[in-house]
Amino acid sequence: MARTPTIEILVGAFVAAGLVALLFLAVRVSNLGAAGGGEGYRVTALFDNVGSLKVRAPVSMAGVRIGRVENIRFDPEALQALVTMQIDGEIDRIPDDTLASIFTAGLLGEQYVGLDPGGSESYLREGDRIGLTQSALVLEQMIGQLLFSNQEETSE
Amino acid sequence: MLASLARLGGGCLQGLERLGRGQALLARMIGGMPSLALRPRLLVRQIYNVGVLSMAVVIVSGLFVGMVLGLQGHSVLSRFGAEESLGVLVAAALVRELGPVLAALLVAGRAGSALTAEIGLMKATEQLSGLEMMAVDPVERILAPRLLGGLVAMPLLAALFSSLGVLGGWFVGVGLLGVDDGAFWGQMSSRIDLDEDVLNGVVKSLVFGLVVTWIALFQGYHAVPTSEGVSRATTRSVVHAALAVLGLDFVLTAIMLGD
Repeated sequence: MARTPTIEILVGAFVAAGLVALLFLAVRVSNLGAAGGGEGYRVTALFDNVGSLKVRAPVSMAGVRIGRVENIRFDPEALQALVTMQIDGEIDRIPDDTLASIFTAGLLGEQYVGLDPGGSESYLREGDRIGLTQSALVLEQMIGQLLFSNQEETSE
Repeated sequence: MLASLARLGGGCLQGLERLGRGQALLARMIGGMPSLALRPRLLVRQIYNVGVLSMAVVIVSGLFVGMVLGLQGHSVLSRFGAEESLGVLVAAALVRELGPVLAALLVAGRAGSALTAEIGLMKATEQLSGLEMMAVDPVERILAPRLLGGLVAMPLLAALFSSLGVLGGWFVGVGLLGVDDGAFWGQMSSRIDLDEDVLNGVVKSLVFGLVVTWIALFQGYHAVPTSEGVSRATTRSVVHAALAVLGLDFVLTAIMLGD
């Protein structure tokens, strides 16, 4: 029984070390800190083609992430893709004539939504729709256009 | 012909019987857990046996696994000029798979075998029947704290393994091979998800903790009470636990990636 205190200290140290490790994994390794906030407001946008945009993809402005894609579905009336984005609450001064485009990070990287601010005085609010959008670039279409224009040049 | 059929049937029946006994034992151990609240010392002792004593081997292997991942990952990624993704590679591999699985295998070898030998010897020297004679339920008093101890210790050990692995990968990647420090951590935290990666790893290690200690205790409790029987049970405990962990890992990964 005399040894029990040391065992209890060691077990306490072990549990503390394990919890610190879990905390390290949660805060430093995963994106708990970056995802913080969670709250914010939602805006939607219609795209002709979302390419391979995924739910949870970043929404960025000037290269800085300000939100994430929350939902992507097909709008049967507009025959376009309806993308719902969640924007961080503190970024509440995005002009309502902002252009939303789908870009690719790097050559083979994931796709994200980039916002280019317009000059309007009124700002986007919860549930607003971004009117100006630019679709994802589809590699096959670009190659097709390139081949097509090359053919025209050679035939002339 | 008939004899071989009979052997096959007998083998199946025996396997089923062991499975049933194992589940009955698990149910009794879980039933015995609430009474542990009255005797927390027993649990602390078992967390010491499984957790603290396995800590050294888990820490050292975690560091080395992370360092190897750093080296190997760097040599492949540098071909594509994507060394910055080293952090993602190391962290994803450790948190999702290697941390829970390797920690479970280490615990099966380090603590599971010790548990089986301990229980088996208690049975062989009739300590378990002695307890029963004194109207103390050995399942409640001896086995339940060990199961709960394994269940508590395993996720903590797996988290330690993963964290030290990430630090090992960071040491090799950033310290020795010159990957950018900010890119290493930044890419890691933007790609590793709390729910999908870290918490799934914790769920895995909880399941592994249960399975490894359950198998170890079952093998010990149903060991043939001779020195040879105990030694066989110890071997079986490690082999079965390792196979169960690897098999379950596939099933759990399939479930987790499925949705």
